[in-house]
Amino acid sequence: MLNQYETVFILTPVLSEPQMKEAVQKFRNLIKDNGGEIVHEEEWGLKKLAYPIQKKTTGFYSLFEFKSDAKFIAKLETEFKRDERIIRFMTIKLDKYAIEYNIKRRTKGTEKQTKKNNKEE
Amino acid sequence: MAKSDEIRYLTPPSFDLSKKKYCRFKKSGIKFIDYKDPNFLKKFLNEQGRILPRRVTGTSLKFQRKIAEAVKRSRNIALLPFVTDLMK
Repeated sequence: MLNQYETVFILTPVLSEPQMKEAVQKFRNLIKDNGGEIVHEEEWGLKKLAYPIQKKTTGFYSLFEFKSDAKFIAKLETEFKRDERIIRFMTIKLDKYAIEYNIKRRTKGTEKQTKKNNKEE
Repeated sequence: MAKSDEIRYLTPPSFDLSKKKYCRFKKSGIKFIDYKDPNFLKKFLNEQGRILPRRVTGTSLKFQRKIAEAVKRSRNIALLPFVTDLMK
């Protein structure tokens, strides 16, 4: 039975850009290799944390939205726990309203991001 | 020294003028509350970062539960603080 999930995880800010990409790639492959299908992925970049985690005040946020078997989630989460680069993670099962919302957000989100980029310039 | 016992206000106190509260989710047809949007969720928190009661915000029970869930998820991934001072 395939369910749709969404996982957000925070990487330590000590990593360099290629190291961070490598870590994200690792989890992308993990999902794909276990019969998951990635629907959408996002990188929020370096963000300030609302409270310190492991004495760090910033972190790289990444988000995956994927379809997979329910059994895979336990496996994914043990993998998150084992990885020292990950300081926080959260996986959520999406219901039909959430899926609907995410589709809307994606179309809107791209507009917002371009706007933000323009502002920064 | 005051001759009359009447209390006089400069501006007459207004009762029954307050607007009726409504559930903004029911009104605008929002079905899913996003935990990834801390700025929106801040509307339902007080300055210490605690969730405001339903009697203050006017949210219906169904959506109050969903707000609580979203806020807690948001706290978990450090988008919102568990406790703080002067958030707004």
